[in-house]
Amino acid sequence: MRSLSDLIRLAGEREMDLHEAILAADSEATGVPSEQIFELISSRLKDMRRSAEEASCSNNPCRMVPKTGPLLRGYSKKGGMCGGFILKASAIALEVATYNASMGRIVAAPTAGSCGILPGMLFAWEEFYGKDAADKERKLTEALVVAGAVGEIIANRATLAGAEGGCQAECGAAAAMGSAALVYLQGGSCEAVSNAVALTLKSVLGLVCDPVGGLVESPCIKRNGLLVSVGILAADMALAGISSLIPADEVIDAMGQIGRSIPPSLRETSRGGLAVTPTAKALVKGLGANK
Amino acid sequence: MPVWDIIGPVMIGPSSSHTAGAVRIGRIVRLCWGGEVQNANIYMRGSFATTGEGHGTDRALLAGLLGYAPDDPEVRDGRELAQRSGMKFNFYEEDLEGAHPNSVRIEIWNDGGRRMDATAASLGGGAVSLQKLDGFEVDVSCLLPVIIIMNRDVHGVVGAVTTYLSSHGINIATMKLHRDSRGGLATMVLELDSNESAVVPEEMKTVHDAIVRVISIPGVAL
Repeated sequence: MRSLSDLIRLAGEREMDLHEAILAADSEATGVPSEQIFELISSRLKDMRRSAEEASCSNNPCRMVPKTGPLLRGYSKKGGMCGGFILKASAIALEVATYNASMGRIVAAPTAGSCGILPGMLFAWEEFYGKDAADKERKLTEALVVAGAVGEIIANRATLAGAEGGCQAECGAAAAMGSAALVYLQGGSCEAVSNAVALTLKSVLGLVCDPVGGLVESPCIKRNGLLVSVGILAADMALAGISSLIPADEVIDAMGQIGRSIPPSLRETSRGGLAVTPTAKALVKGLGANK
Repeated sequence: MPVWDIIGPVMIGPSSSHTAGAVRIGRIVRLCWGGEVQNANIYMRGSFATTGEGHGTDRALLAGLLGYAPDDPEVRDGRELAQRSGMKFNFYEEDLEGAHPNSVRIEIWNDGGRRMDATAASLGGGAVSLQKLDGFEVDVSCLLPVIIIMNRDVHGVVGAVTTYLSSHGINIATMKLHRDSRGGLATMVLELDSNESAVVPEEMKTVHDAIVRVISIPGVAL
């Protein structure tokens, strides 16, 4: 799969649901039957759910960043301006990203550094909007297939590696994938899915990867917790009928081009940006993490 | 890259390249060695050397050398597991011009005097490449089953090997040939389409007198 517009056209021509068209395309490309791909993604969803559950009760510390999920969970009980759905998605994302940093078992989606975003968006949707959905697990698996296809197209047209494209290619891509999944779950059209991807990615273009001490902690963990909100709002905008002036495939191309022009010091080398601030240097010295 | 590689792998964090990729490298090197690893010198290069410790790259490589998979929670205790198993290991940093930025060279030997030297790189997302084996370029991802054949560089070896595979109904996906000099030592690196018709290395070794060694690595999925 190389383009969202081709994928949507394929779904239209074959009169298939979006997730069926994706399974058909991947099946034709790999020789693996559609049902088997669906089963694989279904097992990934189970692993993702397990990682979110383990993360919510894990006490394993990270090297630098203190626990943040419980603070947001406690705060959201008292209200909060964003509303319960976004706060819940953010709390899950923070917890899963923290669990990853402390060597917990997670599903890289699309990468380990961005692994909190999809579970945050999907499982918060399940709690707030999916409770009464018929065959909820199947629906969530289909949404994960849609998210995977968006990631596949980003990988093929641009990149999913922070070292090649900065954080826009990791957390940014994850938020775009989650945004597409939410539009799908809410029954939006294929065009709305595509618009949600474009709107999300456009708002993260240029985001650099500058982790303190080379660790997947700062700013990665909080960025997982923050970018869920961009993906959720983009999904709502797309469902409201707002479209992106620049189509998703072209936004992805722009993301790839921008990624290539980000200097290497801001592409996962920890030689620039936040990683070289006085506080970061002091933290790293304290850890002895960067020999 | 199909959807299941995008939503995946399932792995122990924190880094698909520095943790999951490192476990896969260890596993692949163990498969090349073909048994328990008794002694290992591990030379970290590039960012494996600079940020490896914070990512658990050392523990991940050792867990892989012990045969663990990237999603096994025991990866966290790779050092302790290696010590308990009696493996002797040392970590070094190696600065090499032109080396891949995320790579490692691993020397393995046993008390019987057998040695092996493997270099591998982590390419991102858990994907890796076994770059060199005993000085020879191999450059395979090990996602598909791989056969590495080392032989004296004489005519007819490629023909004998492909005839053997063909007679067992095995399709060759890719094939690479290298040699150190004309008439010297040569390697043949073959990626196969399926694990189903298993290749028996001992049997393959007999298809031509010039074959010195046959290494068979089953596909190691992401």
